[in-house]
Amino acid sequence: MQYLLLVYRSEAEMGQMEPAARKQMAAEYGEFTQSIIKSGHFKSGDGLQPSSTATTVRVRDGKTLTTDGPFAETREQLGGYYLVEAKDLDAALGIAARIPGAKAGSIEVRPIMVYD
Amino acid sequence: MTHHDIETIFRDEAGRALATLIRLVGDFDLAEDALQDAVAVALERWPAVGIPAHPRAWLVNVGRNKAVDRVRRNIAFRGKRDALAQELLLHAPEPGDDDAGALHDDVLRLIFTCCHPSFAAEVQVALTLRTICGLTIAQVARAFLVSEDAMAQRLVRGKDKIRLAGIPYEVPDRDALAPRLDGVLAVIYLVFTEGYAATSGEDLMRPDLAREAIRLARLIDALMPGRGEIKGLLALMLLHDSRRAGRETAGGDIVLLEEQDRSLWDRAQISEGLRLVEEALRMPGRPQSYAVQAAIAALHAQALSYDDTDWRQIAGLYEVLLRISPSPVIELNHAAAVSMVDGPARALDLVDALQVRGGLKGYELLPAVRADLLRRLGRHDAAREAYLQATAATQLEPLRRFYARRIAEMTAR
Repeated sequence: MQYLLLVYRSEAEMGQMEPAARKQMAAEYGEFTQSIIKSGHFKSGDGLQPSSTATTVRVRDGKTLTTDGPFAETREQLGGYYLVEAKDLDAALGIAARIPGAKAGSIEVRPIMVYD
Repeated sequence: MTHHDIETIFRDEAGRALATLIRLVGDFDLAEDALQDAVAVALERWPAVGIPAHPRAWLVNVGRNKAVDRVRRNIAFRGKRDALAQELLLHAPEPGDDDAGALHDDVLRLIFTCCHPSFAAEVQVALTLRTICGLTIAQVARAFLVSEDAMAQRLVRGKDKIRLAGIPYEVPDRDALAPRLDGVLAVIYLVFTEGYAATSGEDLMRPDLAREAIRLARLIDALMPGRGEIKGLLALMLLHDSRRAGRETAGGDIVLLEEQDRSLWDRAQISEGLRLVEEALRMPGRPQSYAVQAAIAALHAQALSYDDTDWRQIAGLYEVLLRISPSPVIELNHAAAVSMVDGPARALDLVDALQVRGGLKGYELLPAVRADLLRRLGRHDAAREAYLQATAATQLEPLRRFYARRIAEMTAR
């Protein structure tokens, strides 16, 4: 099965990180990503620009409405994702727990829909 | 053989038969539908021809054939995936009648699936009662005072999540087993505590839920022998449940521990509980929380009267518990035990300190414990105030009536 692992972090907290801590985090992400590429779980993954760069689009009555900012204001913001291949939910949860962001933020694990 | 006999067999065997069917047909919903079909056939046939020698094997066999029928019927409407499913189904292994090991594994797998931590606690409880205990949707709904529709929906969502999210149908491996088993035991204890003292409603107790919890603990103790935490939980529930007949009047009013007729307590259950506590406490490793709680219940069960109770040792055991698994609820219980050793004034200090720390916000028993301590200290106005708070905090009618009696006593003075 495939799972999308959505990485949520508080951007406010991230903004206050020391440069050394930032470097450390980048190194941890690099190491983690390499490890799941090697183990064959990795399908894709990226980091996202901060939610201040987000634009939300809705079409109502044929009219396109755009608003500044993310879909929902939350304490933690979506900051990146991994798409992984895993045997079952336990395996996916195990990978999610190893994402460096899990220590300070939260990882939402969502199974990918399979179309018949 | 009566209808009642057949019902009893279904209650005992449904969970196990379902567990095996899920393995054989590889689909939770299909297995459940197939078992319903098999039960319908049994209800028709057994009264006439008698109960088969191996009712569970019979249910599994008929259920499996019914599952094949269902897949065949669907196949006309659906595409290749179902043809594949049918292929798998028709080549599924025959269920072995005497394969006790495989059956054990099936039931254990199902328990761990229903109690998977990716479900909210109330979903774990609902799935467990429905599938392992074989309660009907209506019975599960009644147990938790929600509508049948709401419960049906909760169960459907749960089963959908098993399939869509890929929740594994297996016993966790060794590294994950201990925390996952803790989760299973927590579900069983949640079922029990709701049976021991309901959250809300007219009845203090729901003995059927307490019985189910004990049955589940016995089952898992048999499936995973030699584990102290399971024996400890089983002992704890047996000892608490042994007092059932003494805990309420015929009219459904609460009888406090100090006023209970101890001759009404179930002696057979107490001796089984005592034996299990000893076994649990003898297990290597540090003592487990359930075993220590059971040891406290054992001291109550062995005491000839309320005044004869070894309160000093009970208070000491609560201190042990606070070190193993600190929680505001245990602090509250500890304070109540301290009141019997050092007096209510000392205990009131502990309860007030706990309240100041705010750890127990919304916990209905804090004002009740405070109220009792204040009453014993003769501070009737403050006690009455605390009983009013306790009344506002509970939705259980027998508790409300008990507080009302106390308030009337305080007012009369």
